[in-house]
Amino acid sequence: MKQLIIIALTLGICTANAQVKISGRITDIKNKPLSGVSISLKNTYDGATSDSGGVYNFTTSEKGAQQLEISITGYNTILQNININTEPIIQNISLKEQITELKAVVISAGSFEASDKNKGAVLSSLDIVTTPSANGDVTSALKSLPGTQQVGESEGLFVRGGTASESKIYMDGNLVNNFFYTSTPGIATRGRFNPFLFKGTVFSTGGYSALYGQALSAALILESTDLPEKTEADLSVTVIGVGGGIQHLAKDKKSSWGVSYNYTNLWLAFNVIKQKQDFFKVPVAHQGDANFRIKTKNGGFLKYYGYLSSNKVGFRSGDIDSISLKNVFVLDNINTYQNLNYKDRMGNGWRINTGISFSTNKDDINNELQDEANKKVTNSSQPLYQFKNFSLANLARYAQARFVLEKKIKGLTAIRFGSDYFYSNEQTTYTVYDGSKFKEKIIDHLYAGFAEADIYLTNNLAAKVGTRAEHSKIINKWNIAPRVSLAYKLADNSQASFAYGIFYQNPERRLLPAATGIDYSKAAHYIFQYTRQTKDFTLRTELFYKKYDDSYKTARGTNGNFLAVNNDGFGEAKGIELFWRDKKTIKNVDYWFSYSYLDTKRDFLNYPKAIQPSFAAKHTAAFVFKRFVLPWKTQFNLSYNFATGRPYYNIAYDSTQGKFNIADQGKTINYNSVSFSVNFLPNIGKKDPRSFAVWVLGINNVLGQSQVYSYNYSSNGARKEAVTPPSKRFVFIGCFLSFGADRTQDAINNNL
Amino acid sequence: MKKLTLFSFVLMISVASFAQSEKFSAAMKKNLEAMEASFKSPGDLISMANNFERIANAEKNHWLPYYYAAFCQVNAGFMEQDKSKVDGLADKAAALIAKADSLSPKNSEISCIKSMIASCHMMVDPMQRWQEYGQESTSNMEAAMAQDPTNPRPYYLKGQGLKYTPEQFGGGCKTAKPELETAINKYATFKPVSELHPNWGKAQAEMLINECK
Repeated sequence: MKQLIIIALTLGICTANAQVKISGRITDIKNKPLSGVSISLKNTYDGATSDSGGVYNFTTSEKGAQQLEISITGYNTILQNININTEPIIQNISLKEQITELKAVVISAGSFEASDKNKGAVLSSLDIVTTPSANGDVTSALKSLPGTQQVGESEGLFVRGGTASESKIYMDGNLVNNFFYTSTPGIATRGRFNPFLFKGTVFSTGGYSALYGQALSAALILESTDLPEKTEADLSVTVIGVGGGIQHLAKDKKSSWGVSYNYTNLWLAFNVIKQKQDFFKVPVAHQGDANFRIKTKNGGFLKYYGYLSSNKVGFRSGDIDSISLKNVFVLDNINTYQNLNYKDRMGNGWRINTGISFSTNKDDINNELQDEANKKVTNSSQPLYQFKNFSLANLARYAQARFVLEKKIKGLTAIRFGSDYFYSNEQTTYTVYDGSKFKEKIIDHLYAGFAEADIYLTNNLAAKVGTRAEHSKIINKWNIAPRVSLAYKLADNSQASFAYGIFYQNPERRLLPAATGIDYSKAAHYIFQYTRQTKDFTLRTELFYKKYDDSYKTARGTNGNFLAVNNDGFGEAKGIELFWRDKKTIKNVDYWFSYSYLDTKRDFLNYPKAIQPSFAAKHTAAFVFKRFVLPWKTQFNLSYNFATGRPYYNIAYDSTQGKFNIADQGKTINYNSVSFSVNFLPNIGKKDPRSFAVWVLGINNVLGQSQVYSYNYSSNGARKEAVTPPSKRFVFIGCFLSFGADRTQDAINNNL
Repeated sequence: MKKLTLFSFVLMISVASFAQSEKFSAAMKKNLEAMEASFKSPGDLISMANNFERIANAEKNHWLPYYYAAFCQVNAGFMEQDKSKVDGLADKAAALIAKADSLSPKNSEISCIKSMIASCHMMVDPMQRWQEYGQESTSNMEAAMAQDPTNPRPYYLKGQGLKYTPEQFGGGCKTAKPELETAINKYATFKPVSELHPNWGKAQAEMLINECK
């Protein structure tokens, strides 16, 4: 027996002694050596790791048919059958790179992304909040990026020669119809939504995906946050109002709900900072929202967001057609928005993203002519004055339903398709001075279908190809819009991209009802982009050409407002844009610079010929500087926005010739604005802080530079008046507090 | 005779399995001895991680080789200067520690590695990632303390994290020192289950505390 064991053991030792050397070189498919690759003889301890030359070698005592496993993160693993006898084995192997998000090019032509996670993002979510010229407004922050105009007399995003109505805003895939507070004459309103609602923002200044339509110029795609990290209550006290809210995270961290309420009142601010207009009703707004988010088994989400607000404002300003009279504008608005979104994995590489949204908007506008004693002027016999006494009641209801199905094919290659349905019902009652009413009701049903493929040929070359088809009841025709994007990686940190697309849009609400036979207006985008990006440096240049066709021409309707009459308009916009962001050169300093050159001429609306539109400046630039001073727990932010003067026109109707002509024109002074803000975070670094505070001081137009947005003309054209901001400067002071889980109850009891 | 055959057969099997576990111990020991020397470059650590991973994949039912493979991999992540490579290394470490975790759930040592992996992700861009990964690192560290109160390593990791956090953010020697002292006290009494079980960090903890004196 003993002998047997000895024999067995000896045998074992003998075989162990007969070692065979296995060696070789590991490369990628371009024959470049790969280091750190694991080479292992499957199910044994034997193996090696390739060195910087890709070379490996090891010895083994295993015999016979074996498998060599060659693996490294980012490459496809190879299993190589080998037969080990007594001869050394040389096994050279080349590995194919996997197509992964980490390494693949980003299809980015035309778009800017603000996100904390995604590769290719140029801004973080926090950047939107800490850009001083933005005052915490999502869209204002985007004005520090190339492609946008520094338009201050009205809200919205004016992108690459496009009007604000050519830019559409989406939340979790659903269109937001009244993203901004209702327009007031000469004063830009803010976006309605809190920037902290969103975790990711994609701002596309052209060439965007077939998933979005009805926007000739730009799409702003906002993605709401997922579950909060913990249960939290927050409270804010600022010079313009107070607010509070709760976000409650369930114990199992699978779901959450939240509510918040904000009250805005500009009484204090307008008493301290003199406004150009006489605000006899200072802006007051109540705004509440509620949300719930449920995480599904497969990592998907069901999200609901509901919003309700009411706001009032009333102001007097000098009437342009007289010396002593005043024009009075009063607005009463109620807005609701509800969005339910569900996205999930369905197995087998399928994903679904579906949503519905409902919104309503009710405006009651009252316009009056008043005398020096603020009494309504009703005894004028001149129609010019009579028609300044009117009221306008708008009631709009919108609904949307949408689904997108996506199937991952291989790696990052995927197809997606889906459908959209939009319903809009917009009713207007226009009451003129003598009490006669003009009622209008515009209803549209818009159906859209779309299909798109992301094709990743290698990590270095990718394409997005899609088509969108739409049918609007108002136009009663189908349109088909193809879209193509290509991206090619030039080197590790740089890539070139190209985008092309056709975009269609219906006439905006104020141009309706349109003449019969009206067609979609159309734009074609051609974009070429070069990007170089590392963790703390971004350089992005874009060259674009945009061609407008079938633009709407307008004529005066029976109510005196301009309506779309035909599609004879046209136009083009071309330009070059630069974005430069650097976080590394100066320690603790982060700055970015953007510049846009825009050359555009358009013939649309009531323009008598192709001219540079009054909202388009030739050169626009922005500089944003941020520095965090740790010992002071303070961040300093500075921004400077610049634009060359914009043209302005007095387009008057010549009744003898029966057409519009330019009675007068000019160019505004250059636009300059320096804004400054300080964020003080006293609790930063405190061990387990129960509460977290952020103090904010922001000053707009610190230097008090004169700003002229445009000019208004009197109806006879004899007088013109500069459109300027309501006040030279604005100062914002606020404190934002949040309380973590432990103190939630206290905060509720003490403060609400 | 039948009995003898059976006996010898049983003996052979037990000899074989004894030889197998002997082989495992010997390979682990050899690599553990070489591990310290591999802390000179990310490449050496990756090579070391691959050695452990081979043992792990061949054995399949031991958590220790997966644990050490993840440990070497995450340390390669800490050492890597090219920030664009760090997330890949940390992800690989996470895949390895997940296997260890499934073999030995609720293990304090494994929670330590999970905490280190989160810190490693955070180091890529502390300002932006602090909220997400800082929290993940802390919660794993706390889990490690709860799972085995005698384990000095979570205290060492906590002390180390605090030491390299700027004072303004609540770090620095002042807050790090008590944690490191706790760690050192625990190191003094800590007995690893076997010579193959984790037993690292004491020298580093002493070095850090000396820097704080």
